[in-house]
Parts: sequence; structure tokens; C-alpha cells
Amino acid sequence: MKILVCPLNGPRPVSEFAYGGEVRIMPDPDTCSDAQWSDYVFNRSGAPGRKYEWWCHIASGYWFVALRDTLRDVVLQTLPADRVRAGLPPANGSAWVPPADGRPGEQAP
Amino acid sequence: MPYRLLRFGLGRKHPEPRMFTRPERLKSAYDVVIIGAGGHGLAAAYYLARDHGIRNVAVLEKGYIGGGNTGRNTTIIRSNYLTPEGVKFYDESLRLWQDLSVDFDLNLFYSTRGHFTLAHTDSAMRTMRWRAEVNKHFGVRSEAVDAAFVKKSLPMIDIECGGHAPILGALFHEPGAIARHDAVAWGYGRGADLRGVEIHQQTEVTGIRVEGGRVTGVDTTQGAIATPKVLCAVAGFTPRVLDMVGLRTPIFIHPLQAMVSEPVKPWLDPIIVSGSLHVYVSQSARGELVMGASLDPYELHQTRSTLDFVEGLSAHMLDMFPFLGEVKVNRQWAGLSDMTPDFAPIMGVTPLEGFYLDAGWGTWGFKATPVCGKTMSHTVATNRNHPLIEGFSIDRFARYELTGEKGAASVGH
Repeated sequence: MKILVCPLNGPRPVSEFAYGGEVRIMPDPDTCSDAQWSDYVFNRSGAPGRKYEWWCHIASGYWFVALRDTLRDVVLQTLPADRVRAGLPPANGSAWVPPADGRPGEQAP
Repeated sequence: MPYRLLRFGLGRKHPEPRMFTRPERLKSAYDVVIIGAGGHGLAAAYYLARDHGIRNVAVLEKGYIGGGNTGRNTTIIRSNYLTPEGVKFYDESLRLWQDLSVDFDLNLFYSTRGHFTLAHTDSAMRTMRWRAEVNKHFGVRSEAVDAAFVKKSLPMIDIECGGHAPILGALFHEPGAIARHDAVAWGYGRGADLRGVEIHQQTEVTGIRVEGGRVTGVDTTQGAIATPKVLCAVAGFTPRVLDMVGLRTPIFIHPLQAMVSEPVKPWLDPIIVSGSLHVYVSQSARGELVMGASLDPYELHQTRSTLDFVEGLSAHMLDMFPFLGEVKVNRQWAGLSDMTPDFAPIMGVTPLEGFYLDAGWGTWGFKATPVCGKTMSHTVATNRNHPLIEGFSIDRFARYELTGEKGAASVGH
């Protein structure tokens, strides 16, 4: 991956972007258990696969989502960030579940 | 001429002993199975057999001995860490390194060089003083030194770094050393092999059998084995093995790249690290400059190397050593680092009985090879964490008791 297609700015060299980690659903801090919260804070899906990730185009400060194969380093799709709230299509075999209560649930880091 | 040599020369047979025996096939059961025949896995096997009398051990390796991060690191050995847990742990490792060559009857080219961690800013200088004080408290020889001391020790360095990142001082760690990394794996492997441990190369683990909350066996590409104890020492492949047993950890994988120059005459005695310039460099016994930088900026499970890396690292090398402009880069490569949020490893017993973890070794695992073998063999044999690794247990995250070692990582990641 040397060129990343930004939904706002089009194809740009990857050096213009910052990686923000996997898109994850935040559990409700008011109702979740301590174990669920520490799992959210620390634990990650470390194995390779197709993952939705936060990326930022640094020059324009624009955050978006990329679906990337972390084994082959191939970006399959890039999406504007508001698609996260609407629900992303399944990746890596497991379905993407948008938060049930309509909370934003996930934030750009 | 020694008598043995004379007899050998006049004899008819000239046996050529192999470094390792090649076990024919897997047995149906072992007392302990170790996944990964790198330095850490083989060291654990060695100390299990030597110190704990557990010899019915199989070490399974999907590639070849020492072909992972053991053969990809930049071979730096030091104990100038930041946390008391880290300093005690790595200092024990440094002590163990001293007589390994004799233990193995194999030359590790262990070479004490002195280790400078350069500071280019006031805040970096403050961290150096902090590390020096923690180190001295535990009897580790580290000193915060000024720019004049650095210049005197290494007259060829441009102390102004071209004017934009002048060196203000450094943390000087006298026992800092380098060693021949392949020989470490070979030495531990041969030592374990001689004591009855079986090393199976080209044998990939495909599954781990669990019944009633405890490990019962391992499935491999060469067949299934029954075992009550499994030690996972697979560096950048840890999350894939953990997925087999359903354990979640904070480990995430980024590649770390390194490169060597063509050999040049010896001029660089100490090991030089600059966190701000993202460089660590030493000169090997062959004369090559062995250089590394910070992690690649995003998750990737691939050992490709990039032009970006060579350009960036070379530019920073030239900031410190402008006279290297004509020296060529010979090779570059990458390894997979299993990173943790606090830059400390994850070691010891796990919630799954009989499953032991030696992981989260990110960019700092080579120097710890001996002490990891020692402490993990103790942990596997007694089913209890060795006192030296209590700060590295897997449950520290749920308790929010992190062992923050980022300030002692060789370069800012």
C-alpha cells in the first residue's frame, strides 16, 4: 500500500496519512462491567484479517474509515466516517454490529 | 600438536557431528510442548532440561531454528530500563549472558561496548537522569553524561547533528553489549538437544486442544500430540496462537525494520541510540553498521521492507555521522513485533490452565533471551510465576497496573 484513496481528497501517498487503529464499539460506560471496560480499553484483535480502521489525512485533518487486509497490506475500500454510525458491512467473517441504542459508540482517536 | 588432533589426523574416520539431531517423527505425548524454536523457546527448553529435569519436551517450529525475530534483531543487550521491575529483570539477563559462551562451548561473540542513549532535548535529558537514578539504585552502571563526554568518547560524532538537533547529553550504560544472535539460538538449541529435548522444525501448530478449562494437546501439520503444558513463544505470531485458545490480550503487531551497511574498518566502538532521531546503531565484528529505527506506522503482518525506511534512517544517520555519505546499504529486512500498550512483555501463567505465555516482546526481546528461558522454565515447571516476572502478568491490564517501560524503549515509537 503506497497510495491511499481518501474519500475527500482522492488518491494520496500513504505518508500523508496517520493510522488510528481499528474501528471498535465502545460499551456503555454507565452499564458495562469492569471486565468489559478494561477489555475495551486494552484488548485488541491482534491476528491478521480484513479490518475497518481509522485513518486521518493529516494535511486536511480529515478522518475516514478504510477496510484493509492486514496480512497483504491491501486497502479494499475507503468510506467517509459517517458510514460507521449507519453500520458497516461485515468484515473478516464476523458481522459489524452497530450500537443498538443509537449512541455514537465509537470515536476517532 | 595436541594428541587428540594428531590421532584425528592419522585416523581413518573423520566424524562430523551435527549441531542438532533431527528427530524422525513426533511422539504421541510430551510433558511440555513449546511453540516456537527461537531464542526464547529454546532457552526455556534448555533450562527445563538442565535445571528442572524435564526432558520429555518438544519444541515445535513452523520455519527453521532462529529464523524469526531471533535472527532479525539488532543484537543490542542492555539493562538501563526505567521501572524497578524492568531493571531487575534485564539485569539478571545481563548477568546470565556473561557465561553463556562457556555454558554452550560456542562463541557468541559477546562484546561489551558501552551504550549511549543520546538526549537532544531538555525533557529527554530529564528522562536520562531518571533512568540513571533508578538504575544506580539497583546497582546497574548507568550515568547521565554531558555532551563533552559524548564527544570525547566518540570524536567522529557531529555533536550539533547538523545544527537542528544538537546533542545535550546522554545516558551512558557501560555494560551495554552486542552478541551474535544466531549463535544464541543454536547454543540453546544444541544444549537442549543434548539433554533429550526434541526440536521439530517445519512443524506448524494448527490448533490447541482444551478440555474443562485446561490444555490437553496440540494439533500440528505432522499430527496430534497429547500434552498437559504448552508454552507459547512465537513473537509476532502470538495473536494467531491466542485465537486458538480464545484468550484476548492487548497485543498488536507492527513490523520493525533494520538494515546493515557494507563492512568498513572499525570506528564505532560504543552502541549509539538516539530516541529523537529514531536511530540505533552499532558496528558488528565484521565491520558492518547494524542500524534500526522505529516501528512501521501501522498494523501489518508482513516482513516486507521499504524504501521510506532506508531513506529516513539514512538521513538521520547522516545527521550524526555526515562522513558516512558514501557508504552503501547492503541488506534490509523486517520482523513482526508484538507490541503492548505499556512497552513491557506479557509473561507467565494464563487463565487457561497449562497454557503459558512468553509474549509481548515487541522490539525489546533479544536481550532478555536468557532470563526469559530461566523464568519461563521455572514458571512452567512449578505452575507459578517466577518472582522476577510478576510485573509482567497477563492480568495487570484488568487491574490497570501497567508496567510503563515506554521511556526506556530504544527509540520513540
